[in-house]
Amino acid sequence: MSTALPGPLEANPDLDRWVDFPAPGKVTILTGRVELGQGVLTAMAQIAADELDVGMERITIRSGDTEKAPNEGYTAGSQSIQFGGVAMRQACADVRALFLEQAANVLHCPANELSIADGRILRNGSSTGQDYWTLAGAVDLRVKATGTGARKRASDLRTIGSNSARLDLPAKIFGNAVFIHDMRIDGMMHARVVRQPNRGATIGSIDEKAIRRAAKGPVEFVRNGNFLAIIGPDETAVEAAGVAAVNHVAWQNVETPTQAQQEAGWLLQRPVVERVFGAPEAANPQGRQRYEATYTRGYLAHASISPSCGLALYRDGKLTVWTHCQGVYPLRTALAKTLKLDPGSIIVHHVQGSGCYGHNGADDAAADAAIIAMQQPGKPVRVRWRRDEEFIYEPKTPAMVVKVRVLLDEAGKPVDWTQEIWSPTHNLRPGAGGNLLGALALPDPPPEPPPNDVSESNGGGATRNGEPLYDIPAKRILHHLVTEAPVRTSALRGLGAMPNIFAMECCIDDLAARAGQDPVQYRLSITADARARAVIEKVAAMAKWHDAPPAGTGRGRGIAFARYKNRAAYCAVVVELSVEEEIRLHHVWCAADGGLIVNPDGVMNQLEGGIIQSASWVLKEQVRFDNGVASFDWETYPVLKFSEVPEIDIELLNTRDDVPLGVGEVTAGPTAAAIGNAVSHALGTRIRDLPLTRERIMAGLLKD
Amino acid sequence: MSKQFEFSVNGLPVSVSLDNEETPLLNVLRNELGLMGTRFGCGLEQCGCCMVLIDGVAEKCCTKPIWSILGKQVTTVEGLGSADRPHPLQFAFLEEQAGQCGYCLAGILVSAKALLDKNPSPTRAEIAQALDGNICRCGSHNRIIRAVEKAAAAIRAGAGQ
Repeated sequence: MSTALPGPLEANPDLDRWVDFPAPGKVTILTGRVELGQGVLTAMAQIAADELDVGMERITIRSGDTEKAPNEGYTAGSQSIQFGGVAMRQACADVRALFLEQAANVLHCPANELSIADGRILRNGSSTGQDYWTLAGAVDLRVKATGTGARKRASDLRTIGSNSARLDLPAKIFGNAVFIHDMRIDGMMHARVVRQPNRGATIGSIDEKAIRRAAKGPVEFVRNGNFLAIIGPDETAVEAAGVAAVNHVAWQNVETPTQAQQEAGWLLQRPVVERVFGAPEAANPQGRQRYEATYTRGYLAHASISPSCGLALYRDGKLTVWTHCQGVYPLRTALAKTLKLDPGSIIVHHVQGSGCYGHNGADDAAADAAIIAMQQPGKPVRVRWRRDEEFIYEPKTPAMVVKVRVLLDEAGKPVDWTQEIWSPTHNLRPGAGGNLLGALALPDPPPEPPPNDVSESNGGGATRNGEPLYDIPAKRILHHLVTEAPVRTSALRGLGAMPNIFAMECCIDDLAARAGQDPVQYRLSITADARARAVIEKVAAMAKWHDAPPAGTGRGRGIAFARYKNRAAYCAVVVELSVEEEIRLHHVWCAADGGLIVNPDGVMNQLEGGIIQSASWVLKEQVRFDNGVASFDWETYPVLKFSEVPEIDIELLNTRDDVPLGVGEVTAGPTAAAIGNAVSHALGTRIRDLPLTRERIMAGLLKD
Repeated sequence: MSKQFEFSVNGLPVSVSLDNEETPLLNVLRNELGLMGTRFGCGLEQCGCCMVLIDGVAEKCCTKPIWSILGKQVTTVEGLGSADRPHPLQFAFLEEQAGQCGYCLAGILVSAKALLDKNPSPTRAEIAQALDGNICRCGSHNRIIRAVEKAAAAIRAGAGQ
């Protein structure tokens, strides 16, 4: 008998892909999800500990590894627990059931008399001398999951729902070698790539002498078409050569993004693919009040704290790659295509990097290392990008224009909602047909990928959260997928959710003001969803909403709400701030409902992180273009500093629900919109373009 | 021609043989001495991942040439404490689960150590200001500030070094 399996388990049904008992007292769990600083491996161990009835300390985790771990695609989209965790939970429950069945055979007793405590089989509470490891030889896990193993009842959960300490943090706090950047392999060559400025650019000349002089140590050049790298045993020399090469390699056919392309408005006149979702467009009936406003956001960088890094070794016809990317299997497929190798001859291992928040340079750095390694058989190659290289060449999250058009009823409530979106793609991941950067410089570069964005069944890219959750009779999204962009664009935490929620929730505040209603009351009046209402009411209570200062005093409060992708966690945020020449955040309150929570403190950490990152995007961040990418370090791309971070209070609702809902990206949209609404409240005028820079605040004040 | 460079790291004398006297201290720590706690973030002295104490002062070392370190005392995160004997800061960071990806933490711990050595009772604002030379991109700032407050209280009460 079998029941519907969770998606990742359906895709990887062999139980030995998930659980192994390698030695007495030891359990290994295998997951396709990788640690990006979000604490997912700790959560997976908590899930396995409960469903297998073993202590956390017995568990070793193997993660992101094409040799053994399940193929779960990407660790992205707040899906690791909602889908991957649920799959792990069922896999462990199935394994536990198989062992109980075997124990019943051995002990000649009904299985319902048996239980498991820290791996030991008990019969009616007493020891039987049997455990997972005595039985492991007789239980073959090379079988398909059935989904019939009974998962623990909520009242029996012990580690799920507890604040287990992060397994990976101690090594990071004591300064151990844990990151891919720390890997050293005997005979390893350091490498830096001399980046092709753009697709189609060709190497004119290379001043090798000048580069060698700058290196002050031994370096060699590796070239394949317009892919040029510098390698050597000493990192200092290779780094110096890499820096010098920027000025000593002349390129032809160079194209650079211009200042005019920097702002989102440039997208409005570009070629597009038209996509339409939802109810047919309404004619504007006589007498209906109409609201329309346009919101924009510029290009953003992931701005990971560590530049990307990759290692590769090509030996005896096998390529081994170490990477901090989000999807080892898709990277393997892309590498096979780029290098014209059989995927079976490539092994990709995940090793932790710094937080990536989406598709940064990690895949590309791994490809760089692999391209070089193919030309240097037997030599391990380590590529580490420079800071400027990461800022200039990583995929950016696209600029977006969001126009909201609303028809209102007599009471000022929305009856017809159009969210019209202009955006380049949010998905040039290698697994979605995007190209590895280094591949573009090789002879016979791959063609441009066809216009594409994340499918709506997968939450959408530019359309993500483009439809309000509120009770509105007719809603639609008009998506102009812009097929031409000045830079590569791809996924950043939440994809289109932040600009869409910013536009939508600022609009809701405007509509509340028009209706003469309080923003909290107005939101409650247009939503029947009990969980949505609960987080809105909760955050209003936490922030003592009704004691808010009067509008236009320079101090302001704003609220915003969203359910991420309209199907993951619910979240409402209140922001209190003041505006003088710049915006100063004072306090952020957040109420979130992520359903069943595996690790409450871990979830809080993710929610806090999302609030702070979103605040940084909204107040400070935009990638500038000026005859090239002009944001290339932390001074030209500043992010929020310690002294600029607000105090944050968070409460979680409904944490013992049956089902977990993804939380990692839920705070970004509501935080952005709550800041927008608080600024509007403080100033008495609305700013609709992000980031909310000093220039825009001054312009907004002068406008009135 | 290679030259000898002598200084001390975490209380122990070291002597390193290098051809290039411009080699940054960061590369010497990581590539010659195998101390991986001090991290490369920007190579521009902007982000603070490479923060170390040099004669007790918190300094970024990604562009600091090794010739400028001769005879000096360098302390890295590995010199603060260990899993067996954590520094009160490390203990507090673990208690507060102060970190996400953790790449910035070593530099932040060193900056915090320099602060507490000078000012055993910092306010929240003073802690934040002392850490403004360190970038955290994941958004663990408030946990980190809480952990430093907690460590300061523990040190005042006589914990650890």
